[in-house]
Amino acid sequence: MKHRYLPMTEQDKQEMLDVIGVSSVDELFGDIPEKVRFKGLYDIKDAKSESALLKELTALAAKNKDTNANVSFLGAGVYNHYKPIIVDHVISRSEFYTAYTPYQPEISQGELQAIFEFQTMIAELTGMDLANSSMYDGGTALAEAGMLAAGHTRRKKILVSETVHPEYRDVVATYAYGQSIEIVTVPHKDGVTDVEALKEQIDDNTAAVIAQYPNFFGQIEDLQVIGDIAHEAKSLFVVSSNPLSLGVLTPPGKLGADICVGDAQVFGISEAFGGPHCGFFAVTTKLMRKVPGRLVGETVDGEGRRGYVLTLQAREQHIRRDKATSNICSNQALLALAASVAMTALGKQGVREMAMQNIAKTRYAKNAFEAAGFTVAFQGAHFNEIVVKTNKCVKEINKGLIDKGIIGGYPLSQTYDSLKNHVLIAVTELRTKEEIDALVAEMGALNA
Amino acid sequence: MHNENQSLIFEISKEGRVGYSLEALDVPEVDLADLLPANLVRAEAAELPEVSELDIMRHYTALSRRNHGVDSGFYPLGSCTMKYNPKINEAVARISGFANVHPLQDESTVQGAMELLYDLQTSLVEITGMDEVTLQPAAGAHGEWTALMMIRAFHEANGEGHRNKVIVPDSAHGTNPASATVAGFETITVKSDENGLVDIEDLRKVVGADTAALMLTNPNTLGLFEENIIEMAELIHSVGGKVYYDGANLNAVMSKARPGDMGFDCVHLNLHKTFTGPHGGGGPGSGPVGVKADLIPFLPKPVLVRTEEGTYHFDYDRPQSIGRVKPYYGNFGINVRAYTYIRTMGPDGLKAVTEYAVLNANYMMRRLEPFYDLPYNRHCKHEFVLSGRRQKKLGVRTLDIAKRLLDFGYHPPTTYFPLNVEEALMIEPTETESKETLDAFCDVMIQIAKEAEENPSIVQEAPHTTVVSRLDETRAARTPVLRYQKA
Repeated sequence: MKHRYLPMTEQDKQEMLDVIGVSSVDELFGDIPEKVRFKGLYDIKDAKSESALLKELTALAAKNKDTNANVSFLGAGVYNHYKPIIVDHVISRSEFYTAYTPYQPEISQGELQAIFEFQTMIAELTGMDLANSSMYDGGTALAEAGMLAAGHTRRKKILVSETVHPEYRDVVATYAYGQSIEIVTVPHKDGVTDVEALKEQIDDNTAAVIAQYPNFFGQIEDLQVIGDIAHEAKSLFVVSSNPLSLGVLTPPGKLGADICVGDAQVFGISEAFGGPHCGFFAVTTKLMRKVPGRLVGETVDGEGRRGYVLTLQAREQHIRRDKATSNICSNQALLALAASVAMTALGKQGVREMAMQNIAKTRYAKNAFEAAGFTVAFQGAHFNEIVVKTNKCVKEINKGLIDKGIIGGYPLSQTYDSLKNHVLIAVTELRTKEEIDALVAEMGALNA
Repeated sequence: MHNENQSLIFEISKEGRVGYSLEALDVPEVDLADLLPANLVRAEAAELPEVSELDIMRHYTALSRRNHGVDSGFYPLGSCTMKYNPKINEAVARISGFANVHPLQDESTVQGAMELLYDLQTSLVEITGMDEVTLQPAAGAHGEWTALMMIRAFHEANGEGHRNKVIVPDSAHGTNPASATVAGFETITVKSDENGLVDIEDLRKVVGADTAALMLTNPNTLGLFEENIIEMAELIHSVGGKVYYDGANLNAVMSKARPGDMGFDCVHLNLHKTFTGPHGGGGPGSGPVGVKADLIPFLPKPVLVRTEEGTYHFDYDRPQSIGRVKPYYGNFGINVRAYTYIRTMGPDGLKAVTEYAVLNANYMMRRLEPFYDLPYNRHCKHEFVLSGRRQKKLGVRTLDIAKRLLDFGYHPPTTYFPLNVEEALMIEPTETESKETLDAFCDVMIQIAKEAEENPSIVQEAPHTTVVSRLDETRAARTPVLRYQKA
């Protein structure tokens, strides 16, 4: 058969069979026992030409309501942000996206240096000593942080604030089960971690305290207080953080965090129905040799030229096998590159300006909802998210909103029993004053 | 050739330059001091670069030129399946209706995305011969761990939580034992026999009442089909264990043998290998897991189902599920690419893929056999492993051969793996390479073998043409410099 990805001609094939010394390709599969040999063809759809397939899949995509054609107020961990157009141009350079993990440093300096720069930018934003080359996403990065803490402290309990993203908490729980680690939820009070409850729950078997900053409700937790409680009990303090917010918030590293993880999706990465995004993992120097995944380090070649290599590999699965710090192998290198380009484009000034815009617009939305008679559940400073109480079922309101071209917020009753008829509204720098006003007006009408 | 140091983006930064474009704020400004306690307001700005848009493009273009991808040249990295990454995949993944949908939107607004995932699941069920597939794991290792967690839950549900041993051949990928540890198991290693296959007698000795599972890659990392697979599966099943298929090498057996028919209970696939999701310089991947019926109750939440009305739904009501393994639903963007590939190839195409992958590997193996030791001399599948022990006696190590290949514009094979072959060179050509490319690479390999005899220093001192020569890895590990610090 002829296919544009398969270059061998019949003549090529015959010449190759002759060199091998067999008369047919089938002979090469003679070692597969007859009993398990698959005969015939897979029962899957027939091949389509490039243009026909593109047409079909474009039509399929059009069945989705996307955040370009609609106005989105949905966040809850994944955000509709400004994506500098240059990001896609850089990650479309196929020297990057068609390469494997940089095992051969002499011909992978581009990738290695880009990761080294990513590590630097994440360390800068989080205020931590160092960061790795990326994790699958914020949720699995948080789970790995919990596992690291349990291994490091040799303790078997982890306290997780209820204000941490519910899906992240679920992932932590799954990993913890594998390691026979107990997960205890610290309740929230007025939308932030209940510090008094935390003090009662923590004990000398607590490996880590996990908090989120800003938390799932958009509130800014006082990390210093939580971190002090953790350290008093000789537990590690693990913070899951939105790195964009760190343009204006004091970084976790300056507030006592031992491990700071999160997702860099906010930097130039599409929502993409939940992935691929870009987890990051940053630690203090003390924990450097316990970090999961790849680390890139600087060194020199024989002529003294600066270069970069994968380093401290004695932590990793391909060397240590069952004694490795993690089983992670492939991570999210291309998304780390995307995030690096976006962080570079925003730069020192832009990351601050964008973060401030997010706070100002969230503030504006909060005031607008309150002015329209809604109750905003939790007070204090907000980043991106506010919790708005409704009279009607949030899912029903959202159905009304989508007819107006608005993607509504996250129905909190899905994951918080106490927050029936509460919606988590996300406002980013992309939302205009008019769009926010329209949301409040439409929700007011649907809520009546 | 560039001999000067390549600047870091931080080193070309200049105060006052910007590379972004934000709309002016259209709502009242806020003063953080009014909203937050002083200790939570950032005092010192993060030292991110300050550069113009052209600076950025030039910087990353320069970096890309210091990187080798499949599009740059042949990349026969064993067990990594470095085949061509189709461009239509990239186009489809960027369609706004796929790229710009939020995972927590109401299901009624994302039916197109869910339909694609469901159709992909269904295709992978057929390809693997399993009963159900989850698309959630983000990469191969994540899939391994997910499947092992399901095996653990299965045993516990049957009152057999004492099964704590996972058996792994010595030729297995490092992720296998690492994933077993993360899932709370102990690993037992079984040896390979003189044919490079699992030593059945050794396997018999280690199976027992504490066996949770056997993890097997088939064809194995030597590129050899485990001929005794039926017997091995029966042995593990006879003691109540599960048989796990590491699908990293599925490219070798598509349309020829299905894990489900070979007696495996579960399988993970690397969609970024066999199914052309690009490797991205080390991810993102996608590592779906397929299972047989008795493991279905333990699938991670949520499970994507098709309702009687023909709509798609995420089912969270799964009381025996191992729980969530990842936020949302997996690396959707990679799943879109894999789906596009499957639809591009169709049933005939996938069969041809495997046949050419295996033909190409056998052809190269026979061309190189006279010049390098071939420890296991039989038909290989998608890859084969040579030993550089003959060259080592001349003072030329496999590492040197790999570095010499760089001078000719090739990415070297996987080296020093699998661990049971001395000075291993593991070569996987894939089906997308032409005979001319294979021949040119073989010619260079033969030349290097001759150089090892006649002029070993040119090999030992390689590479000679790359932007840096061999880097001091010991120094990197002893005095780690993991980030840029302003001087």
